[in-house]
Amino acid sequence: MNMLKKQLMPKWFYQMASPKWCYKITGQLLPIFGCAALGLLLLGTVWALLFAPPDYQQGNSFRIIYIHVPSAILAQSIYITMALAGAVGIIWKMKIADMVAYACAPIGASMAFVALITGAIWGKPTWGSWWVWDARLTSMLILLFLYFGVMALYAAMGKPSKAARATAILSLVGLVNIPIIKYSVEWWNTLHQPATFTLTEKPAMPVEMWLPLLVMLIGFYCFFATSMMLRLRTEILSREKRTAWVKELVTKSSVR
Amino acid sequence: MMRVFWAELSRDLLLAFRHKGDFLNPLIFFLMVAVLFPLGVSPAADFLAQIAPGVLWVSALLATLLSLDNLFKSDFDDGTLEQLLLSPESTYMIALAKACAHWITTGLPLALMAPLLAVMLFLPTQAIATLVISLLIGTATLSLLGAIASALTVGLKKGGVLISLLVIPLYIPVLIFGASAVQSAVDGLPVTAYLAILGAMFALSLVLAPFAIAASLRVSVSS
Repeated sequence: MNMLKKQLMPKWFYQMASPKWCYKITGQLLPIFGCAALGLLLLGTVWALLFAPPDYQQGNSFRIIYIHVPSAILAQSIYITMALAGAVGIIWKMKIADMVAYACAPIGASMAFVALITGAIWGKPTWGSWWVWDARLTSMLILLFLYFGVMALYAAMGKPSKAARATAILSLVGLVNIPIIKYSVEWWNTLHQPATFTLTEKPAMPVEMWLPLLVMLIGFYCFFATSMMLRLRTEILSREKRTAWVKELVTKSSVR
Repeated sequence: MMRVFWAELSRDLLLAFRHKGDFLNPLIFFLMVAVLFPLGVSPAADFLAQIAPGVLWVSALLATLLSLDNLFKSDFDDGTLEQLLLSPESTYMIALAKACAHWITTGLPLALMAPLLAVMLFLPTQAIATLVISLLIGTATLSLLGAIASALTVGLKKGGVLISLLVIPLYIPVLIFGASAVQSAVDGLPVTAYLAILGAMFALSLVLAPFAIAASLRVSVSS
């Protein structure tokens, strides 16, 4: 049985389950993603603000898209990551997966918040109001509420292992909202425009406009990876504080 | 399988019947919240008729929300819940029976009392049938979804506000389609599309929610 399992899942999947190994590998990955995030976000921001051509209808106000779209995509991706990590934690009883889910929640909530705020700021000059009750905006607001619910449940539950299972169930139930957000602009006749990026079709924007957006999007993903790993590493240390390797690590670094 | 369902359902209904407050309190709450709107906003008949679909649906949602706290509480406190989960019977069926009993004691009376409030709020008569049907289907979904949050928080000391926080995001879609159905009926538009979506949400939660309820109960009961 054990042999069969090993063939089913790749080796790194089982190695990831060890907090010590995970701490080590994220320590190596962290500078890579950190530098990539910094570089891509700087490049993307400068490109988007200074060099991308202004929109023929909206002028320069459209430039907020370079924050709005990546944060909105991230808010949904992080929710899916959180729910999947929670599911892995329930199925394989993997402590690291629980911690990943825990690390994701506040980052995702802040991304959803940023998407809503930038959307409101963008909506004022384009639609003439800060907020409209259309399907996209409402479902995004529900996503923010789901994040709040998950975080509140974490805070209320005492024991980390129990909190992880409870929030995993909640986030899996809330996963229903993700396709609703995604397709809200297609199912309902909304004020919000359809998706900017799709995997299958060529974007409707000119290359000079969407290329910096792509750079920003990848930069946002790297930023998420960086901040998630930072939170994860802190969480590993605090939950594994009674183990020998953490004690050794702490005593060694305090000497230095 | 069905034997467990009926046994659990009849037990819960009997318990609810013995403690009449369990199903009277949400009803009285429903009545009182609906009364707040004419007193607080405006008693003008044409204005009330306009907001009645939303007011009735929001009040019904809040009344359901209020009753969730007690759904598993007494069973958890006296250890019955632990025994139920330890028994070899299907936890899916037990969870389904619990949610079903909750609906019969809150959702069903709410839907049946709604016409009375509809008349008080001057809801046009052609919309009353839609109101009752949408509430019947909608509150069943609310009971199933609410049972998940109730099961997650049953072991906590301060569960009350947390339940609302967990469950309102899940309730919003039901509210939107329920209130839209009644609004369409008021405007004389076809309502079948909204009722079909409400039915779809009910069918989905009927099949999947008991799994989540059972899993949540296991988490809450584990030390």
